[in-house]
Amino acid sequence: MQEFIIWLQHPGLTHFLILSGLLFSLGLFAILTRRNTIMVLMGIELVLNAANINFVAFSRYVTTTLDGHVVAVFVIILAAAEAAILLAIVLNIYQNFNTVNVDEISQLKD
Amino acid sequence: MDLYTIIFYIFAVITLGAACVVVFSRNIVRAAFALLFAFFGVAGIYVFLLADFIAITQLLIYVGGILVLILFGVMLTSHQIHVDTKTGTVQTLPAVMIVAALAGTLIGIFWSTDWNVSPQLKVMDKTAPQIGELLLTKYLLPFELASVVLLVALIGAAMIARREKKPKD
Repeated sequence: MQEFIIWLQHPGLTHFLILSGLLFSLGLFAILTRRNTIMVLMGIELVLNAANINFVAFSRYVTTTLDGHVVAVFVIILAAAEAAILLAIVLNIYQNFNTVNVDEISQLKD
Repeated sequence: MDLYTIIFYIFAVITLGAACVVVFSRNIVRAAFALLFAFFGVAGIYVFLLADFIAITQLLIYVGGILVLILFGVMLTSHQIHVDTKTGTVQTLPAVMIVAALAGTLIGIFWSTDWNVSPQLKVMDKTAPQIGELLLTKYLLPFELASVVLLVALIGAAMIARREKKPKD
């Protein structure tokens, strides 16, 4: 117990990793349970943020080079592209089906 | 307990609390605004990891770009007549079990692994010039590919979103 309190008082690599693990789990929960496509997108963004925290934390504590930062930049770029494409698809689906719930969209053409 | 530790926990609580609101809130507009605080908390965590460039990029792109896109999506796809912004959930119980097992496994791994932490931690100040150098030397090909991907995504998103419903003949 004493060791745990001392561990809590000194934020290190493990703290950041556990934070990102919790964030990843929350995002995965949103992806698995939400019916609205935009809520699923929010879950995906949380998962990507958790992965980014891991990249930057390892870059700071293990490799001490900046390669992890560069990978994080690429992840952010791809997240932006993915969000734009997904929202375009969602708008199109909404026009055709009048719903954005993932369990009601079961056909590729109407 | 020094100031560094206290501020770290404040940012961690902001991030996880806002993420909980995103995940468990039934109102989609509230979830979208909670996502703002989650992104902001993650930007604070980046500052703690001495990643100033990534923190600013996070604020600019996630808060300024992706969040606005998501809000547009929310506004454009909620029903016009009666604003129904509540969203349901499906398969909650299996998802809780899977996610709890996965989170336990992940935290167990993170806790028990003896990470190869570098003995002397360098002070990384001003990461932006070094990241720029890496992007134009070691990571030149992925950098160019990313620009092509962004262009394709831009054109593709405009194409898909603009397509109009053909009149039935």
